[in-house]
Amino acid sequence: MTNLPWLTILIAVPLIAAAVALFLSASGARWLALIATIIDFDIGIYLWSNYNPDGAQWQFVERLPIGGGISWALGIDGIALVLIMLTLFLMPICIGASWRAIQKRVPEYMAVFLLMEALMLGVFAAQDLFLFYVFFEGGLIPMYLIIGIWGGVERIKASYKFFLYTFLGSVLMLIAMIYMVAVSGTTSIPALMAYNFPPDVQRWLWVAFFASFAVKLPMWPLHTWLPDAHVQAPTAGSVILAGILLKLGGYGFIRFSLPMFPQGSVDFIPFVFVLSGVAVVYTSLVALVQRDMKKLIAYSSVAHMAFVTFGLFAMNRQGIEGAMIVMLSHGLVSGALFLVVGVIYDRLHTREIAVYGGLSNNMPGYALLFMVFTMAAVGLPGTSGFVGEFLSLMGTYHASTWAAIAGTTGIILGACYMLLLYWRICFGTARTPEAATMVDLSAREWWLLAPIALAVLWMGIYPESFIRPIRNDVGRILTRVESVAPAGDSHLTLPGAKLRAFDAQDHGAHH
Amino acid sequence: MARFAPLLPEIILAIGGLVLMMAAAFTGRRGTAAINWLAVALLAVATLALIGPPSHAGPIFDGLVSADLFASFGKAVMFPAAAVAIIAAHGWFERGTEHASEYAVLILFAAVGMSVMVSATSLISLYVGLELNSLAGYVLASYRRRDERSAEAGLKYFVLGALASGILLYGISLLYGFTGTTSFAGVAAAFGRGAPTLGLLFGLVFLLAGLAFKISAVPFHMWTPDVYEGAPTPVTTFFATAPKVAGVLLAVRVCVEALGPATDAWRQIVIFAALASIFLGAVAAYGQTNIKRLLAYSSINNVGFALIGLSAGTPQGVSSVLFYMTIYVVMTAGAFLCVLWMRDADGEPIETIASLSGLSQTRPGFAAAFAIFMFSLAGVPPLFGFWPKLLVFNAAVSAGYVALAVAGIIGAVIGAYYYLKIVKVMYMDEPAPAYARVRAPVQGALVFLAAIGVSPVGYLLIAPLSALTDRAAGSLF
Repeated sequence: MTNLPWLTILIAVPLIAAAVALFLSASGARWLALIATIIDFDIGIYLWSNYNPDGAQWQFVERLPIGGGISWALGIDGIALVLIMLTLFLMPICIGASWRAIQKRVPEYMAVFLLMEALMLGVFAAQDLFLFYVFFEGGLIPMYLIIGIWGGVERIKASYKFFLYTFLGSVLMLIAMIYMVAVSGTTSIPALMAYNFPPDVQRWLWVAFFASFAVKLPMWPLHTWLPDAHVQAPTAGSVILAGILLKLGGYGFIRFSLPMFPQGSVDFIPFVFVLSGVAVVYTSLVALVQRDMKKLIAYSSVAHMAFVTFGLFAMNRQGIEGAMIVMLSHGLVSGALFLVVGVIYDRLHTREIAVYGGLSNNMPGYALLFMVFTMAAVGLPGTSGFVGEFLSLMGTYHASTWAAIAGTTGIILGACYMLLLYWRICFGTARTPEAATMVDLSAREWWLLAPIALAVLWMGIYPESFIRPIRNDVGRILTRVESVAPAGDSHLTLPGAKLRAFDAQDHGAHH
Repeated sequence: MARFAPLLPEIILAIGGLVLMMAAAFTGRRGTAAINWLAVALLAVATLALIGPPSHAGPIFDGLVSADLFASFGKAVMFPAAAVAIIAAHGWFERGTEHASEYAVLILFAAVGMSVMVSATSLISLYVGLELNSLAGYVLASYRRRDERSAEAGLKYFVLGALASGILLYGISLLYGFTGTTSFAGVAAAFGRGAPTLGLLFGLVFLLAGLAFKISAVPFHMWTPDVYEGAPTPVTTFFATAPKVAGVLLAVRVCVEALGPATDAWRQIVIFAALASIFLGAVAAYGQTNIKRLLAYSSINNVGFALIGLSAGTPQGVSSVLFYMTIYVVMTAGAFLCVLWMRDADGEPIETIASLSGLSQTRPGFAAAFAIFMFSLAGVPPLFGFWPKLLVFNAAVSAGYVALAVAGIIGAVIGAYYYLKIVKVMYMDEPAPAYARVRAPVQGALVFLAAIGVSPVGYLLIAPLSALTDRAAGSLF
């Protein structure tokens, strides 16, 4: 069983289903997409259960040269594994969320979604630099079509903006990749992760990669494509965008920027911290004044992604592990929040916050789940959001006190806008008669939201399940960056250090 | 006889073309279909005749032409492309009052000209090949002589082409005057003797300017949109594919074999032409409403990318140019075959981009193929059009021209906009009146093959194709 090329199968299942779906009827395509994504999720469970966290760095490795210097090289470490699991988990939910909301051109829709899944899985599994790029950029085409065909009124502008913004970001990365291959003579990502480029070259390469990942993540001030894309995309498109596509940026930082260009990363720490600090405060304030629910959540995504960059560039264990958990948690929570918005959008066809109110009266089940996700977004202990943000901020504090101050301000502001949103939608009395007569969640909607709520609580109560697979890989990244990482400004020297020194002396005397 | 063996493909095409011309004269319109298929068969036989040792026998006729792998590779790309242009014309010219059957014959003569162009190792054979190809091209452009646009295209092409030939000849005469020889090797030897004199440099500049006309590189591109728009669509299909390859390959051979020692002199010209073509091709296409004009700018844009590979001036760069032109031919031929299908209920061609509106709902297969060609021309992975772009940038970076690669790739992003616009029109707009269905199984099969070829399946071709392009490029150095 373990000799099968599982990662290829993982990518092939949605691809084949996508091709077949084009020739089916609407309901046939829906069922096929659902079954294919669930089969893929099962394969993912198999991978997770067979992944040995203490084993080799790269597992389930496959390698097949294609020619021209690139190979079909796949393999995963713990970081890729958890992100693949996130993708596989969200995909059936996306298909379910589109079950009734999408009525036009259903077979094409399902085909494009399955194509998207295959490409995203490929990004996380690719071990060849150019193969990674092909998957990374390939995701633009299906997302362009999803926004442009099934999106809202302003969908055309949003789809162009999405495509050209991210395309421009990525092509500079391509030149950097070509340069790296020309210098190092290999396209293998694991080999490049151990290759030492000269420090001044690292800086240029870091900038080129940053251009791509910072657009994807997105980081302030390159985030402006995101609110447009989110608002115009259909619900499931927003879930994919927030849940998985944004993670490509963070994944890129952790896979490329940190281990391949440690010196470059260190040199740009102040730059990243300033951008993240501005992002977390500025976009939180912007989120506070939004009238459109999706836009509010979109801006909150930018703010949450700043915790990822804070954590990663803190360059210590807590920071990087925290950044990973923030990515997973945000994937679940923001995805769920877009679904929550989708539920009431399907009923009233408006995302204006002012239309709703008092939903806890007529939709108690909805209010309950919305509460769970709001709390997770705020970072309440017991939910996934707390674990990620706490670890990431702790790591940041070790690196820079000022950055941590900016970050914690963001948490307070995050609580403001999320609680305000929840209050205005669920509490009080209904502002319009239509809102008062909405019916509670259907069985299908329960099936979509309840699993995410459980996963959010699981990650909040027992995060070890998710930290365990990545622990060794974070350690490997740390060994790459530790030699050059700065000391940080928050090592307590008085009076604790003196006490400890005294303590040690004391113990030493006894032996 | 053995010394004619390397020329077998050209002999087949020339004699076959002459016979078919007589046949066309005597059978008139009745023989059109037969002559078309016979011409396709001749091209197929000529392609097969490339196999074997004579195709890389080395210089022949005292170095007037050379039978090497570089030339053979070019012919192996151009002959099938010419055959596609003949197949594209099926059912196109029968409706007018023109003589339909000479079309295939003219393509055959143009193919002979192209084949001399890519094998030429002397300035004289270079010019003869170029003119043979161009004269057939002038007639083809004005093939629907009662159609004003076609006649105008032919005239425009002829006048500007004649000007270009004049410039080219002036360059050739300067080179001949200052070196005393017309062979590429002799010219290279003259350039190799220290710093080139002013006369040599002028010769080089005029020669390259003349060639730039033929491959429609900026700033000598002005004729392209008008001729592409005015010429009948099958003819445009031909212009955009095979002669383009011949022109680019000729430029490569001239730069490497004849002007090799003066690389520093021509490189700046090629870099300027490359970047100018990429950016003008990308920007000028924005406002176009005619699909053929848009594809004309697309071809200008693509020539720019091929020239980036050339400007590296290394075997790797030449190999990337060959790879680029091969995939370019497949994408462009596919896109033009799709344009051929755009016809109204009376069978009259429609050329507006707006008429593609909502095509994905009325003709999903057609729209999907066209979208694949557009994304591929834009160089968006995972489509195969990405790979040749990667190769030319790779060659530029390996030769130390990182800034050139960065500028080129930014041009690629600007250009992506108008390809996206076509996809947007087809997939995101409301359906326009559907096109009449054209029964053309062979063309349909070709479009299908081309679409598969530039889809991610094409990546399987990397290993064999790059082995070929590497060997072909190696034969120049």
